Amino acid sequence: MLKINNLHVSLEDEDKEILKGVDLTVDAGKVHAIMGPNGSGKSTLSYVLSGKEGYNVTDGSVELNGDDIMELEPEERAALGLFLAFQYPIEIPGVGNMTFLRTALNAQRKARGEDEIGATDFLRLVREKAAALKIDSDMLKRPVNVGFSGGEKKRNEILQMAMLEPKICILDETDSGLDVDAMKLVANGVNALRDEGRGFLVITHYQRLLDHIKPDVVHIMADGKIIKSGGPELALEVENNGYSDLLDEAS
Amino acid sequence: MEAGDTLQVKDGVDQETIDAVKEVSTYKYGWDTDIEMEYAPKGVNEDIVKLISEKNLEPEWMTNWRLEALERWKKMTEPKWAMVDYPEIDFQDQYYYARPKSMVEKPKSLDEVDPKLLATYEKLGIPLKEQMILAGVEGQADKPDGERKVAVDAVFDSVSVGTTFKSELKKAGVIFCSISEAIKEHPELVKKYLGSVVPVSDNFYATLNSAVFSDGSFVYIPPGVKCPMELSTYFRINAENTGQFERTLIIADKGSYVSYLEGCTAPKRDTAQLHAAVVEIVVEEDAEVKYSTVQNWFPGDENGNGGIYNFVTKRADCRGDRAKVMWTQVETGSAVTWKYPSCILRGDESQGEFYSIAIANNHQQADTGTKMLHLGKNTKSRIVSKGISAGVAQNTYRGQVNMHPRAKNSRNYTQCDSLLIGDKCGAHTVPYIEVKNNSSRVEHEATTSKVDDDQLFYCRQRGMGEEEAVALVVNGFCKDVLQALPMEFAMEAQQLVAISLEGSVG
Repeated sequence: MLKINNLHVSLEDEDKEILKGVDLTVDAGKVHAIMGPNGSGKSTLSYVLSGKEGYNVTDGSVELNGDDIMELEPEERAALGLFLAFQYPIEIPGVGNMTFLRTALNAQRKARGEDEIGATDFLRLVREKAAALKIDSDMLKRPVNVGFSGGEKKRNEILQMAMLEPKICILDETDSGLDVDAMKLVANGVNALRDEGRGFLVITHYQRLLDHIKPDVVHIMADGKIIKSGGPELALEVENNGYSDLLDEAS
Repeated sequence: MEAGDTLQVKDGVDQETIDAVKEVSTYKYGWDTDIEMEYAPKGVNEDIVKLISEKNLEPEWMTNWRLEALERWKKMTEPKWAMVDYPEIDFQDQYYYARPKSMVEKPKSLDEVDPKLLATYEKLGIPLKEQMILAGVEGQADKPDGERKVAVDAVFDSVSVGTTFKSELKKAGVIFCSISEAIKEHPELVKKYLGSVVPVSDNFYATLNSAVFSDGSFVYIPPGVKCPMELSTYFRINAENTGQFERTLIIADKGSYVSYLEGCTAPKRDTAQLHAAVVEIVVEEDAEVKYSTVQNWFPGDENGNGGIYNFVTKRADCRGDRAKVMWTQVETGSAVTWKYPSCILRGDESQGEFYSIAIANNHQQADTGTKMLHLGKNTKSRIVSKGISAGVAQNTYRGQVNMHPRAKNSRNYTQCDSLLIGDKCGAHTVPYIEVKNNSSRVEHEATTSKVDDDQLFYCRQRGMGEEEAVALVVNGFCKDVLQALPMEFAMEAQQLVAISLEGSVG
């Protein structure tokens, strides 16, 4: 589904290489986790995949279901089914959460040549999905992420994900700033979306999120490269021993 | 009404905005109507003023009123304090009167109006047939009788083409007609109120307008009457090198209510055109007037050629106790805007509100705001201004709040927000505050922000195109003001916000 091949990326403003040849393939139906120390390039990877400005791809390729996506605009990638749950969800004052969701959903549908969703169907759908995430109608009406607590912001990201039904979901440190209860809600939301046709790339610092979202494959990223891949036990190893052993091993 | 419908209209951008962004690549109203016109010779002098008066078949008192204004105007100089910069205007190189030849013999009813003129308004989306309601409001059955009508006075260059729903309004006692007609039919009202809110000597442009105004709208709402429908005037400038000088006079007698809408467009021309209007509103005891404007004059091209120079004086006088007036404006057009709709809060407990969105893109310059003059006790005013600048445009909020010594326990709240798109435009806030008693309170808040790349990326990651994302963010920024507009105007305004910011990013 998502095929990252020898991806090299440097910052646009300064001549600094952040990703130094990332190879990674996420198959449909699988959950891949990427762990790694600060500054290893995890968040950069999520931004580059989703098309944020400020990065130069100097080598390599990324395919989503066979389409090379690196030349595409962010909205084109979104319409193909790529979704990024932001580490720090953005506030948009004055724009109602529901308006935002509906505009996004219809933009994607339009781009794919599908009919737009009507007001009534939309409302039914959003209420149903929101209930599962314990998002009340007040939160749906409030401006996007404005005045939301950390937990509310992350649940809102998962709601967007549930509404947009992407093919590949990238979660960038979704667990950061969450207490245990909030993390469970978020994890349940993600687990509910696990599906044969959908792949996940879960970026996290800590093993604890992976207690709730069980990964199929765990990758360790350091200094812009995947240095080791393995099963869920790899995450436990990190939890117990830290990254230093793995880093030493790699060098 | 479905909850979903409310959401669609009130809550930021809807699908129509997005469609509008995609379908319309430039100024949508830039076409012109090929129609035989009759012009007065260029320039302004005694003969021209007499000619305009004669064309309108005016009584002598009106002609003299105009001539006195002209004499004053000759001694005045153009104000230069606004933060706008434009080439010297040659006031003698303009046409001050232009009317379609078919309007020489004034049509008795809309059926007799030149089909070309009717087609012009139809193309603009302004129906002049009474069985129709204003575009975009079909199905908005929020009135108990299930019907929502809007009466229209259509002004084409220097003349009023026609006014709809006149007889139905007459039954309610409401007078709604062109001002030229009111001068003939209701001289006692015109004599009493014309120039009583904006005196002939008020300012350079108002004085010029007093001398040469050719048409405009007149509204009188009798005591205790709630106007049964919304009233509107649609101004269209069509002729080249011609200024439009319209005059609007609205009188809301004791305990009455009216909501009035104003829209304006003009064709694309290479040379700038002058527009200097005066709007006077008289609000008596316990009466309430809402005046909403969507100003979409041609803003000039992306290099700053052409466009309308918009010098407008609008003022409301709350003469009676508990009188209320609310100005709402969406200023998206014009190359230069110089406009300060104001409230004189003379009656005790009277209230004035001003809600404004001013968008300046490319080379547009806007210097706009309001004046709140608190004279009565316990008067209240509220100002919410949203300025958006893009391209190399300059956008200034200029506002004045005055608390007279007599205006005990009065309050003002001002909120002034500026939004910048790109790094070559400017936003300025110039508040003047004068408080002459110690029981009144004035609050002023101002913010300046930029459309944030992170916000745009967030929207685009969720699937929206770049311009759609800008429109969404900006409409969010303007939400407080959009909500103050009547529903049909709110929809139009949302679309306009999107369209006028096209090409401002990327």
